[in-house]
Amino acid sequence: MTYLLVIGTRKGLFTARSEDRRTWRVEGPHRLDAADYASMSSVYAVGINPHSGRVLAGAESSHFGPSVWYSDDQGATWHEPDTAPIAFPEDTDASFTRAWQFAFGDDADTVYAGVEPHALFRSSDGGRSFDLVRALWDHPHHDDWFPGAGGGAIHTILPGLLAAGQRAPDAMTVAMSTGGVYQTRDDGRSWNPANRGISAGFLPDEEPEYGQCVHKVAAAPDGVMFAQNHHGVYRSADPAGQGWTAVEKGLPTDFGFAMVAHPGRSTSVLNFPVVSQEVHLPPDNRLAVYRTDDAGDSWRPYVDGLPQDAYFGIVLRDGACTDGADVPGFYFGTRTGDVFAATDDEGTWHQVAAHLPDVLCVRATEV
Amino acid sequence: MRVTVHLPGLLRADAGGAAHIPVEVSDGTGLGGVLDELTTRHPGLDRRIRDEQGRLRRYVNVFVNGDECRAIGGLAATVPEGADVRLLPSVAGG
Repeated sequence: MTYLLVIGTRKGLFTARSEDRRTWRVEGPHRLDAADYASMSSVYAVGINPHSGRVLAGAESSHFGPSVWYSDDQGATWHEPDTAPIAFPEDTDASFTRAWQFAFGDDADTVYAGVEPHALFRSSDGGRSFDLVRALWDHPHHDDWFPGAGGGAIHTILPGLLAAGQRAPDAMTVAMSTGGVYQTRDDGRSWNPANRGISAGFLPDEEPEYGQCVHKVAAAPDGVMFAQNHHGVYRSADPAGQGWTAVEKGLPTDFGFAMVAHPGRSTSVLNFPVVSQEVHLPPDNRLAVYRTDDAGDSWRPYVDGLPQDAYFGIVLRDGACTDGADVPGFYFGTRTGDVFAATDDEGTWHQVAAHLPDVLCVRATEV
Repeated sequence: MRVTVHLPGLLRADAGGAAHIPVEVSDGTGLGGVLDELTTRHPGLDRRIRDEQGRLRRYVNVFVNGDECRAIGGLAATVPEGADVRLLPSVAGG
């Protein structure tokens, strides 16, 4: 079995391959375009279509704008559609800044893109073209959503998911910074906030209906969701009903960006603590992952194999993932350009790559 | 009238490799109209230069006979007969 890890960085796209998930062959930066301006673009989002294997990369050239590239040969060659794959309709007066997230539907053609400014787009042709999900853009709350430090975007898309045990083709949960968690039960025609219990310490009302700065939501196999908030780590089996419960006890801090759920065990989740909203560094200047195996009731350091000396790179919200394998691999990259992998059976991190540009996102799969 | 658009190397692939493109427009056409004609002939260029709302990208500079367009009216800038319109990526990045 070969494993493919796709790494989006501040300056280009890299891939890594491994048969044993301990030793890796790293390639890149890949050439997205012949002139190479796109090849040096910031790659904020990558996605691997589980149905077709197509790899999508959302990259933003600071000079020539954003776009979406795709590869049907596991990253060897890349293509950009002839017309802009993501563009806002004229009447919105909005301009596509960058893609933050790709997610996939029940078939190879249905792809979702969460973008900046706050919007959700949907593709019916495998990611070559996208249409704005209009009802969410036109939501009466939209004018109150504002950008966090990283920009205002939909960064989490969970197709089919409403709550534990509630999966339906017309359902979806999304999350945004700021704005919080929203859900649809009718294929995107209407959306409702689902943030009860999540704090918003930067607003006068610290528990508003919406407006929270949720950084990432990860869904366990049973549909229970885990959220890393802008201060606060939460769990919910029913965001729109019972709401969210704090589960940060046992973590060194309640701040961070990334969360990764175990693909086969519903009580296991990885978290990547950051000191605070003011100090975006690892606690105690040590690179550390934390893991729960009891759905957040307790957390333990999950650090075997990681550097023991002082470390200053954090993990961004899409800088961690799992490959979803039966014996899952976990992966993360840091803003100081290191990438690590661990398999669930061994539990020891192995370095995939070092000295890359800032890692913005990673995605992995068996190929 | 006829003007000449000069492309930087990074954008030539979107114009069939051309570095200098003569563009015919009616007299009095402003810079936006010149870019409209240019990108009608080379559609792939448009999204590099302007966003989907027609706004010039922040780090793309367009010089009309040596004047950066933002100082002379932006996309409404006057373009004289025979003008050199030069597109350049700004000095930015790291």
